[in-house]
Amino acid sequence: MPLLAAVSLLSLAAIAYEILLTRLFAITLWHHYVYMIISLALLGYGASGTFLVFVKHRLIPHFGTSFAVLAMLFGVTVIGCYVLAQRVPFNPLEVIWDWHQQLYLATMYLILAAPFFAAASAIALALAVWPGHIGAIYRADLMGAGAGALGVVAATFVLPLEDCLRVIAASGFGAAALAVTRERRHWAAAAILVVAVPATLAWPAAWLAPTPSPYKSLSLALTAPEARVIAERSGPLGRLSVIESPKVPLRIAPGLSLATTLMPPAQLGVFTDGEGVTPITRSTGDLEPIGYLDQQTSALPYHLLDRPETLVLGAGGGADVLQALYHRASHIDAVELNPQLADLVRHDFADFAGRIYDHPAVALHMAEARSFVEASRKRWDLINLSLLDSFATSTAGAQALSESPIYTIEAFQAYIGHLAPNGMLAITRWLGNPPRDTFKLFAIATAALRANGAADPAEQLVLLHSWNTATLLIKDAPFSRDEIAAARTFARDRQFDLAWFAGIRASETNRFNRMAKPTLYDAAVALLGPARSDFIANYRFDIRPATDDQPFFFRFFRWSLLPHLAAMKGQAGFVFVDAGYLVLILALLQAIVLSGIFILIPLLWLRHEQRVPASGWMSVALYFLLVGFAFLFIEIAFIQRFSLFLGHPLTAIAVTLAGFLVFAGLGSGFSTRAAARWPRATIILAVGAIVAIGAGYVALLPLVFDTLMGWPLLAKSAVAAGLVAPLGFAMGFPFPLGLSRVAERTPALLPWAWGINGCASVVSAVAASLLAMHIGFTAVLAVAIGLYGAAALLFGRLRGAT
Amino acid sequence: MTRLSCRLVIAAMLAVSLATAAPVAADQYSAVRLEMVRTIEAISEQVSGGATPTRLDSGVLDAMRRTPRHAFVPAHLQDLAYSDRPLPIGYGQTISQPYIVALMTDLLRLEPHSRALEIGTGSGYQAAVLAELGHEVFTIEIVPALADQAAKRLSDLGYDTVRAREGDGYFGWPDAAPFDGIVVTAAASHVPPPLIKQLKPGGRMVIPVGAAFMTQQLMLIEKQADGTVRTEALLPVSFVPLTSAQ
Repeated sequence: MPLLAAVSLLSLAAIAYEILLTRLFAITLWHHYVYMIISLALLGYGASGTFLVFVKHRLIPHFGTSFAVLAMLFGVTVIGCYVLAQRVPFNPLEVIWDWHQQLYLATMYLILAAPFFAAASAIALALAVWPGHIGAIYRADLMGAGAGALGVVAATFVLPLEDCLRVIAASGFGAAALAVTRERRHWAAAAILVVAVPATLAWPAAWLAPTPSPYKSLSLALTAPEARVIAERSGPLGRLSVIESPKVPLRIAPGLSLATTLMPPAQLGVFTDGEGVTPITRSTGDLEPIGYLDQQTSALPYHLLDRPETLVLGAGGGADVLQALYHRASHIDAVELNPQLADLVRHDFADFAGRIYDHPAVALHMAEARSFVEASRKRWDLINLSLLDSFATSTAGAQALSESPIYTIEAFQAYIGHLAPNGMLAITRWLGNPPRDTFKLFAIATAALRANGAADPAEQLVLLHSWNTATLLIKDAPFSRDEIAAARTFARDRQFDLAWFAGIRASETNRFNRMAKPTLYDAAVALLGPARSDFIANYRFDIRPATDDQPFFFRFFRWSLLPHLAAMKGQAGFVFVDAGYLVLILALLQAIVLSGIFILIPLLWLRHEQRVPASGWMSVALYFLLVGFAFLFIEIAFIQRFSLFLGHPLTAIAVTLAGFLVFAGLGSGFSTRAAARWPRATIILAVGAIVAIGAGYVALLPLVFDTLMGWPLLAKSAVAAGLVAPLGFAMGFPFPLGLSRVAERTPALLPWAWGINGCASVVSAVAASLLAMHIGFTAVLAVAIGLYGAAALLFGRLRGAT
Repeated sequence: MTRLSCRLVIAAMLAVSLATAAPVAADQYSAVRLEMVRTIEAISEQVSGGATPTRLDSGVLDAMRRTPRHAFVPAHLQDLAYSDRPLPIGYGQTISQPYIVALMTDLLRLEPHSRALEIGTGSGYQAAVLAELGHEVFTIEIVPALADQAAKRLSDLGYDTVRAREGDGYFGWPDAAPFDGIVVTAAASHVPPPLIKQLKPGGRMVIPVGAAFMTQQLMLIEKQADGTVRTEALLPVSFVPLTSAQ
């Protein structure tokens, strides 16, 4: 029992560490590099298999001590390697000019692989020592992981990240103590706990605090004299830093007209993970100081609608709510995902912000934008989606890997379906040059209008831009002459340019804010006409409309860009490419090469030592690769599906990721008993169940989700958990069944099989994201089901490894 | 592990050491400086298009040939000073890629002995290039340490026509306004209205767009005689979008 508890605790700590590292490095670096670094560090799991192939026979006789040492090594390296990795002077922005940066990057993931290597080695050792209990040990492993995923998300709400790190390190020592307790060496357990105290508490807090890159927006804002962080909130959705800069005030007013002399009043900047600043603007109820809000492109709809009932999606620091109040919107529903951000505006800086979220005309809702709309029966005159993420972030392509359920054809259909008669959907984003977002938005809008039955979408769109922002208006009916006239007046007075409305002439466009050609107008004409498909196919960036199945709005990369980059060798031409996608490809290639090394080295040695037969090892390798790939593919595809249904990414992780792990753990625990009773049929039944449930879900889930979308979150979570349970349970079988069979026939291959599965998990996680971008999540699911089928066929051949 | 950590610490120390470079005899770098200008010419031919000129003004290129860029970068990066790449100068700031400096200077189209304002002094290199062209330059830096270093460096190198101060660039330099040209190297969500006001009719303002190390797009703002403002987004020609019209 203490052994299973030790395995559980170590597994809990390892997954908590993985999730926490993602949080910590998101503060210091940029999202896509964090993804790459942590993906490759997880190859520590694969390396553990390689390591044990060579030393298993020496460690097994001293199992308790070996397990404890490895667990303590985890405890020490959790903090030590993080501190060390933080000190690697990696600057991704210099990577194309300075080859040292690639060395630094590799150094980072080598260092961070150590804790994963230690934890995985300990767990694999337990599996090797107790082959008869593989199902139970794997159950402990998976259930610990499930608890770790849940626990760390909860912990980051209440504990500083630095303390979470200490708790995780302490868990390593706790696992070590449990391992020696099993052998009744209580004095050793006491000694471990004595060592654990300094090993986890002695680290100075300053060493553990994540230090943002000096090139992040937050760092730059803090270089102003007297600028300081006056409040900080940390949670699983990011670290919020509120900046006050009294001497050189922050002035955030995207796309402010060049014709105005109005300026924003005092503002506080709220940075999320050091980027994506949203302002909290000083408000006294007096409209005059916030007149600048009428000088942005996003103010256009208020000139076409009279005191509209407004829905602001992504209320953030309140700029859009303030803009709606300035224009005397009759009522404002403000939706914000992050409760900590809303809390800052509503409580900590309520007086500064003029208590806007408590204004009689404002109702604040804590929800995810898309699901709030889907679940609501209300209709609005104006739905405002002005998610102006940091320009630096969007040009760096940092979001290319993120799924964005708010910018898909289906999402737009839902928004349009929630408009009151003559209501409008207004979307403001950075314009970018060459334009990408704007074109993709336009393509999505036209597709959504057509899907909603619009006869001529051209008459239902208005596109306006300044030098750096663009606002797209979408109406569920043709814009009237008066509305077009009002838009023209609005644009002319502020020296903005209209790029599209039905009947616009080319000569009216590209006047104040010029590009080399009237690109926006040309694109609108193309996207609304017969040339649409050709235009989308031939445009230099990927502007195909995003869908719920391929919800990657921010992925603009096309391989055809590469020759242009090559032509700009040595320059920062890569800023035009979305680095996120290329980083993903690089991560995949490196993961494949390293996995190949981890898999081949022990194989060559085992064959040289004649510890494995000439045939049969191939079946083992393939089986564990297939099972590793299939598990992750299904898990990732369903997390995406359930995210859309549950609405909140954290709830989705809590319910689905933890759900899959826990139910697979239960399945694993049951697999030993089932195999004892039905030795031949178990794998076929398990895979048959996965195939049937998986395929059934692909067909039925859209219907289920559609019907239950409006249910309360708790009820939806229960439904999601109920749906995950049988699939997860069945998915818990193939790995322990295969491992038990290997342990029976060729025990020398057991750590090797474990390592292969670890490598497959890393490669497949990256591959699943890439595949989903290209073929969509439904196809990824279909592939996974096929992989499980192939694994079942191979299972019989694991016998051959005798 | 110990050896590795030592190396990392040393590397980290090297990367953040930003000792101000002592000016080195100009001729030590004159050959690489000439090479840098040849590179700038080659790039401008390669990426020109739209409002981006194919040939940069010879006066601008001469100024680049004369300005000792190595004196504007941290001591440990001097060997890279004439590579066509941005370099870190501390405080999250960079000295721009030489081609971008040349292009921005060119786009200002300043008549001889003009008055130019720079928001974001950084190392002082852009101000020095403008001064080499004989212009009177007013430059403001937000980061006190950078402002001090740049002012001293410009003074030591004899750039007497540059007036540098520390402060908030948002309100420009009203006492010295109006300006024939303005360079805003500190990226912002909007163009500060006071800067538009301080630009002479017919004057030009250039704003690099993009985060540190990533500037490849420039925004050109022209104030018309009637006070209205036109902007022009400039791109390397290979990225100018092709649309159905072509």
